[in-house]
Amino acid sequence: MTSPVHGSAGSHAAGTRTDDATATSSPRTGAPVLEVEDLRVEFRSRGPVVNAVNGVSYAIAPGETMAILGESGCGKSVSAQAIMGILDVPPAHITGAIRFEGRDMLQMGAEDQRKIRGPGVSMIFQDALSALNPVYSVGDQIGEMFRAHRGTSKKEAKDRAVELMDRVRIPAARQRVDDYPHQFSGGMRQRVMIAMALALDPKVLIADEPTTALDVTVQAQVMDLLKDLQRDTGMGLILITHDLGVVNEVADRVAVMYAGKVVETGTIDDVFTRPAHPYTRGLMSSIPVLDGKGQRLNPIVGAPPSLARIPPGCSFHPRCPMARRGDGGRPDCTSDVPPLREVAAGRRAACHYSEELLHG
Amino acid sequence: MAETRTRPERRTSEARRRWEGSGEPLLQIRGLAKHFPLQQGIVFKKTVGHVRAVDGVDLTVDRAETVGLVGESGCGKSTVSKLLVALERPTAGEILYKGEDVSQMRGSALKDYRREVQMIFQDPYSSLNPRMTAGDIVAEGWAVHPDVAPRKGRDKRIRDLLDRVGLNADYANRYPHQFSGGQRQRIGIARALAMSPELIVCDEPVSALDVSVQAQVMNLLEDLQTDLGLSYLFIAHDLSVVRHISHRVSVMYLGRIVETGTDADVYGHPSHPYTQALLSSVPVHEPALRGKGDRILLSGDVPSPANPPSGCRFRTRCWKAQDVCAEEDPQLRDRGQGHPSACHFAEDHQVVPTTDDLPG
Repeated sequence: MTSPVHGSAGSHAAGTRTDDATATSSPRTGAPVLEVEDLRVEFRSRGPVVNAVNGVSYAIAPGETMAILGESGCGKSVSAQAIMGILDVPPAHITGAIRFEGRDMLQMGAEDQRKIRGPGVSMIFQDALSALNPVYSVGDQIGEMFRAHRGTSKKEAKDRAVELMDRVRIPAARQRVDDYPHQFSGGMRQRVMIAMALALDPKVLIADEPTTALDVTVQAQVMDLLKDLQRDTGMGLILITHDLGVVNEVADRVAVMYAGKVVETGTIDDVFTRPAHPYTRGLMSSIPVLDGKGQRLNPIVGAPPSLARIPPGCSFHPRCPMARRGDGGRPDCTSDVPPLREVAAGRRAACHYSEELLHG
Repeated sequence: MAETRTRPERRTSEARRRWEGSGEPLLQIRGLAKHFPLQQGIVFKKTVGHVRAVDGVDLTVDRAETVGLVGESGCGKSTVSKLLVALERPTAGEILYKGEDVSQMRGSALKDYRREVQMIFQDPYSSLNPRMTAGDIVAEGWAVHPDVAPRKGRDKRIRDLLDRVGLNADYANRYPHQFSGGQRQRIGIARALAMSPELIVCDEPVSALDVSVQAQVMNLLEDLQTDLGLSYLFIAHDLSVVRHISHRVSVMYLGRIVETGTDADVYGHPSHPYTQALLSSVPVHEPALRGKGDRILLSGDVPSPANPPSGCRFRTRCWKAQDVCAEEDPQLRDRGQGHPSACHFAEDHQVVPTTDDLPG
């Protein structure tokens, strides 16, 4: 199976970066620290094969925030778990390339991969309570990073844990370092996770729905903290979320995912003000606004497909108001897979008819 | 749909007859409180305190009106919904439905009340019995209230109801696991409609759904209100969703209502510091409005409802707090800002950025 996405990603890797939004919009430019190329993840167990990720490519530069936006079941979390190497293989079957500083993590042995996880790429999860171990104190869990990766003594690991808890603004860190996860509030638990993830000064932090379980006032505190930490460390941040508001306020670039594929990428301003894919446009018109009563919502019809039964052609065509059967040599949305192609300077979309969306 | 509104003959009490001529609201809540005892000991249980989940709430809902109740987790909004559908008995205060106090209702009066006031739950996965078909779920209430639907036409009625909520009527024989999340929520709505209710308590009805599906369900709720004249008490934490659907909004904090008014009052002219902080924390999805609002970051967490602060409950996190706030409990009333607010220093301060403010 040759993927149209693969082609664009190939040129990307070969160094023609001028067309990419990264080069112009990110606060720091330079070689990407992490590149994902034609990533595919299938789950093969009993029953039909589940194609969770179907050829996803993106790159992230130091200091840049890239949002991966999508609804539940679009493969956004699985793609991140593949990068972290935390999927069970089998049933997962991963192909493509995940290059960290130019080296393909999928071709490495387990020991080399482990050296990247933590100091290279680390991850925070949505549900901090279930991601933390309830029978170890938070100090033990943060300090474990130093003990496991650097062979630090127990005492020093604890001191470093207190420093980190201070850094993520947990009040009275010295007193709380021996407390257990259940003694912390939701927002504080998420800070503990962030402290663990930052322990070894990663080059890239993957945040998988970091604030979804939190109240909005706490969410604002945590996002504020993440942005400050990113500014201090210059790490790349991959923010996985379904919340368009969070994406708009935090990210530099966005990749919109649908049914295991990236359907649109570009800067936030471009993608949110002038979507080039009907799915993105549908998402934008589905959310109510805060600053007015707004009109009747204009949702996308139907529901996202099961990843075990992705429609042929453009996977969005059954829900798309613009979908058409090809005539006169024009592409047929029900059978021709739209490639992720450049549709305007610095932006890509996987729709045969993006130009119609962009230019009237 | 006229046929879903057949209402059985009902006995009328003195209080209800008085209410019918008075023009008073459908539902009036006055001074409502629910305190849960905190107990210690295994054999001999000793009450050591109370969790003041709801502590003096006033609220009214009129016919064909949607009242939104917003607040963060733990503020008591779900306890209000449980009190309303008579699943819990209030510690103090009264719920007047058509002029009658719900806590005084017994026998057939309570049975009638429970039919007329229905509920839609947050989690469409756990609120449907997995062993019952969609049709059986919708029809189950008729076993208790047979006079709502004559035995003969029930199959037709089930099909009508499923059709009304946008489901294929042929799906009546399917089980919940065969539906998507949005479709399940529609089954929950059909189940509520089957009772020909007057008031539906919606407890976070769309927060488990993806944005595209969430918009479909909100449109459905709006259509049902227009067609059937339903009243909603809409409980949610998503401020944009609440504004979109509500005519009036009340903001809750630690068991109390801190501000109430029309959606334009509360969102456009918030006067309680908590409302201002809450609204300013919501990330907006329009790139043009990014960073335009006045962001107020609250410090700390919500205090425990078992031991709320004296005086104003928000004073421990409030930047305006003075000595009077610790001594005197601020009443929920208009202090010149145009709508009731429970703050000694209530002052209109616009925090939500609007497109009107943009130049050009």
